[in-house]
Formats: sequence, structure tokens, C-alpha cells
Amino acid sequence: MALFGKLRWISRRFTTLAATPLRICVVGSGPAGFYTAEKILKAHKGVEVDIVDRLPTPFGLVRSGVAPDHPETKIVINQFSRVAQNDRCSFLGNVSVGSSVSLPELHEMYNAVVLAYGAESDRTLGIPGEELGGIYAAREFVWWYNGHPDCRNLAPDLTSSDTAVILGQGNVALDVARILLRPTMELAKTDIASHALAALEESSIRKVYLVGRRGPVQAACTAKELREVLGIKDISIQVKQADLVTTPADEVEMKNNRIRRRVYELISKAASSGHSPPLPGQRELHLVFFRKPDRFLESEDRSGHVAGVRLEETTLQGYDLGKQIAVGNGVFEDISCGMVLKSIGYKSVAIDGLPFDHDKGIVPNVGGRVLADSFKDVPQYETGLYVCGWLKRGPTGIIGTNLYCAEETVASISEDIERGVLTSNSTKPGREGLLQLLDSRNIRVVQFDDWKRIDTEEKRGGNLKNKPREKLATWEELLQVARK
Amino acid sequence: MFLTKFSGLAAHAIKDLVKAPSFTWRTSYVPVIQNNYAQALRRKSFCTTADKVSEEGREEKQKVSVTFVDKDGEEIHVKVPFGMSMLEAAHENDIELEGACEGSLACSTCHVIVMDVDYYNKLEDPADEENDMLDLAFGLTDTSRLGCQIIAKPEIDGIRLALPVATRNFAVDGYKPKPH
Repeated sequence: MALFGKLRWISRRFTTLAATPLRICVVGSGPAGFYTAEKILKAHKGVEVDIVDRLPTPFGLVRSGVAPDHPETKIVINQFSRVAQNDRCSFLGNVSVGSSVSLPELHEMYNAVVLAYGAESDRTLGIPGEELGGIYAAREFVWWYNGHPDCRNLAPDLTSSDTAVILGQGNVALDVARILLRPTMELAKTDIASHALAALEESSIRKVYLVGRRGPVQAACTAKELREVLGIKDISIQVKQADLVTTPADEVEMKNNRIRRRVYELISKAASSGHSPPLPGQRELHLVFFRKPDRFLESEDRSGHVAGVRLEETTLQGYDLGKQIAVGNGVFEDISCGMVLKSIGYKSVAIDGLPFDHDKGIVPNVGGRVLADSFKDVPQYETGLYVCGWLKRGPTGIIGTNLYCAEETVASISEDIERGVLTSNSTKPGREGLLQLLDSRNIRVVQFDDWKRIDTEEKRGGNLKNKPREKLATWEELLQVARK
Repeated sequence: MFLTKFSGLAAHAIKDLVKAPSFTWRTSYVPVIQNNYAQALRRKSFCTTADKVSEEGREEKQKVSVTFVDKDGEEIHVKVPFGMSMLEAAHENDIELEGACEGSLACSTCHVIVMDVDYYNKLEDPADEENDMLDLAFGLTDTSRLGCQIIAKPEIDGIRLALPVATRNFAVDGYKPKPH
């Protein structure tokens, strides 16, 4: 018996080293997916990794989330491209898990599946009027100006009034405010989608309100993005002096959090230096604190379209560290506007056959191992199923956060390889099987070489217009160039 | 001989200037060049009369000793030429320091901790842009810097840099920045 066990151990050891490699599929080619792939390839010489993505283009939010005027942030694409071109790695684009191939099918074909498909939906406010025209999720607006093919036809209403209200004060809110307010001459030199640039050139929006439920100490943005929006050329920054008064609880928050302290300092500095009434025609950015949206107001002369937002004043309650909550005090005010962008958080979407925590909007997991049943005391894991990035920990953090997130998930995978939970002795067809299945379903896979054709074409188009790239922003164009 | 040395020196200075664009917002980089220049000038007069041995000595003197301490506490000793950033030095020596934005001050993945406060004080103060990125660094300490912003110069000879042990702080529910 002991000998048998030993033999099995040897055979297991042998197979890990032998010709059949362990085959891992990563779903999603954003930072979480690529960092996961990179770390698996580095840690395990005998493992093959395929990265699938529903889009024909790789890099997820680095391509469709990072603002066009942040080219330095996109440099990480160089590193991800090297990973994709590793002999043991493949990028398989235009493959949607859930419709092109089901998760159980994928799980059957690979030794392990790592889900890193992010958060492609939005939190909602749940207040009256949210369905009115002219109200968009910030994500949709970001996808639109970044040339994501799913928002090519968003056509946001930038001309019916001079005012836009942005709900939320995180970095996404600041990004969209900057895009709305920055001189289009400056944006023209970026890789902003041409349809968006054309629309922004015609935009009548001169006044942007950034509305937060809490105060300047709790604003969710970081210093870099705030500094940028405050530094837009010829802009008037409006902050109510009364909002800058801090409480002892605020002081504690700032003392314990360097970001909060530096953000507050920037806001108060901007308030004191630029507090003069805006000149006629000057663009205005209003930082509005201690207000929560109560309802959206419908236009009287344009049925079904937003004409304003009713805000309720708030006060902060609770002294728990970082847990001051905004509570409405029954005093209301209206801001008229023709456009609203809700920047209150992204949300992940569940797929069939995957455990999902709908409250938190994440896949229940411990250290990246997917929990089969999160209600049991003793955790039961889904064998060979892992999660990384926003789907694992919720939609917060920067690109670099995924580095540590991926390290943790890959550590779990490595442990499972070592413990024999994942072995390559069961025959898994991997890439070959997947490609055959997709072929039988007439799904045209976009591989990394095909993406390089898109990349070359985009750069060529950009060159003609003196910008880094001219993004192909429709499914048809992308697939057509990929097939050439 | 003098001419050759001088042209070599000029090339060196030009090389630094060529590098400068990626650091243009960092005014403190200028003194680095000046230091470099002055150092090289002093050496030039010395070298004109020197033999091969001092030639080698000169090679050695244009580098500083840097010790990286990795996540497992292992020490890696490297020699870094003047003007080179610690991020570049780490990559040249296969030290696992990420550099997602390749030194353009748009990420915090090359975060290092200066282990000795005296050395930390010898560095120019971080610019606002670097502080903005350090805000987001994992396991930030009072002597944290970005590796891409520490440039080898004579004063930092012997500096010890720790790579942060961030993974062990990484919680499933999301990382909470350490009070600073």
C-alpha cells in the first residue's frame, strides 16, 4: 500500500515534468489576467497559459479604462505584450465565456481556470428618474471616449445644456470631468476615439459639478488625478469655504491616511487661491460636498430627458475610523443640467455555473480559490477554479494592485499543484480542444498576431492625425482588420 | 590623450542629457548631472598622467555600491554607474522589481524602502508627482521612494534598498493603506 502510494507520488511528480503540460486558462486580458499569466509562467516551467477575452483586443481597462491623456499609465502594455508572446502563452480574443464557450466546458478542457474578467456593469442609485435620457454610467462614457466597441453608439448628449453633473468623486469621476473640461486641442493629441473628439469639439458643456455625499476629507480620489483636474488650463474652481471646515473625526481620518490628507490639502489650496467668481465664458468646475442625490428631474419641454438633479444636504455621523456616514438632513436643492454621469462604482457580472455573491458583486473566494458554498463552516472549494482582480476583491485599486492580487491567486494555484490537487495526468485538451470547439461553432478567434495587425493599423491611422493611435471602435472594423 | 578623455567626458554628459527628458519635471536631476560632471572633471586631471591600473580604478569609482534586500531577506550586491536609476539597476541585475510604467512616474510598482535613514536624507526630497505615486504604494514607510527616482551618485554609495513585502499584507477584502 505504502509502495503503491509512493509509486503514485512518483508518477505524479513525473507527469508534472513530462511532456503533458498543465493547462491553465485565464479569462480576461486586463491587468489581473496578464499579471496572473505572467506569474504562473514564471513560477511553473511546465505550464501553458491561454488568455481568453470577449473582445478582439487585449489589455482590458488599460485600453478602455485608462484616460487617453494618461499615456504613461498605458506603458505597462509593453510588459503584457511580452507575456502574450511567451512560447507557453496564447491570447485568444473574440471568445466570450458564457456564449462562445460555457464555463463548465472550459473547466473540462483545462486543468485550471482563472477568472479575471473584471467588472463590466455598474452600481445603480435606485432613486426616481434614474432611467431618464441624458443619464449615463461613467463607465459607458469612458468606454465611449476610449473607443470600446460596445459604446461606440452611446452618443451622449453634450449639446442640450451648458451643465453636466457627475455623481461621485473618485478617480473615474475626475477623469470624466477632465475629459469634459479640457481644451479639445489638447485631447486631439491623445489616443481618444475620433467620434468622441468630434462630439467634444461640439460640446456646449462649460460647467461641471462633481458631487460627493461626504466632505473633502472623504473624497475618494487620489492626489494625482485631483492635481490634474484642478490644473486644467483657464478653469475656474469653485468650492464652498464652509465645506472645508474639519471636525475632530476628520482630523483623525487625515492623520491615519496620507492620501486623504494630501487630497484635502489640494482642495483647500485650490479653494483659497482660485476663489474668485468665474469670468464670462470661462469653464467652471464646482466641487460640491455633503450632498446626496435624491431624484432626477424630468425636462418639461423634452419628455423622457433629464433636466436636473435634486440633492439633499447631508451631515456626517459615526466616529469609527474611516466610517463616517452621510445622512440626509431634509434640506434640498436642485441643480439644472442636461447630462448626468453616475460614477458610483462598477459591478461584476455573474456567468452561468459560477458561484457569485450578488451583494458584494464578487465571486466568493479565499485567497483566489473559488468557494463552492460560502455558507458552510468548512470551506469547500471548486477544484481548479480561481479568481483574480476586481471579480475577486471588488472594483477598487490601481493597475499595480493586481500585481499583489495575482501573486496571491498564483500562490494558491502553486500550492494546489504541489499538493496534487491539480495534476496534468488527466487528459485535458487545452488550447487545441478549445480552438476545435470554437471552430465548430464558427467563432473566429483573434490571436495575438491578429491583434498586432489591429495595433499596426491603429498606429498607422494615428500617425496621419498626429496622435499615438486612432482606435478602431466598431466590432466590424476590428474583426475585419484582424482577419486580413 | 587629453582630447580623447575630454570627448569621452562629453559623451558621458550628453548621455545623461539624453536621458534627462524622462525626468524633466524633476528639477533635482540637474544637480546630479553637475555632480557627475564635476566628479569627472576632477578625475580627468588625475587620469591624464595615469596608467592602466588607475584606469580600472576610475571605472570602479564611477559606480556606487548598492545592496538590494529582496522579499526573502536575501541581499544582492550590485555596482551601479552614476546617473543610472535604481529601477534600471535592478533590471540589469535580474532583481525582481516591477516597473510597470518604465520610469515615467505613473505607477508605484518600483517602490523601494531606503533601509538607513541617513541615506534617505541624502536623497533629494521627492517631487509632488513622486509623492502622488507613493500614496498608492503597498507597505509605505517613512523612508519609501520610487526606484526610478533614485539616481546613482557618489553620496549614496553603500545604500541599502529593501523590496517591500507587500503580499503578506494583502487581504482578500482589499488592502488598507498603512497609516503614515
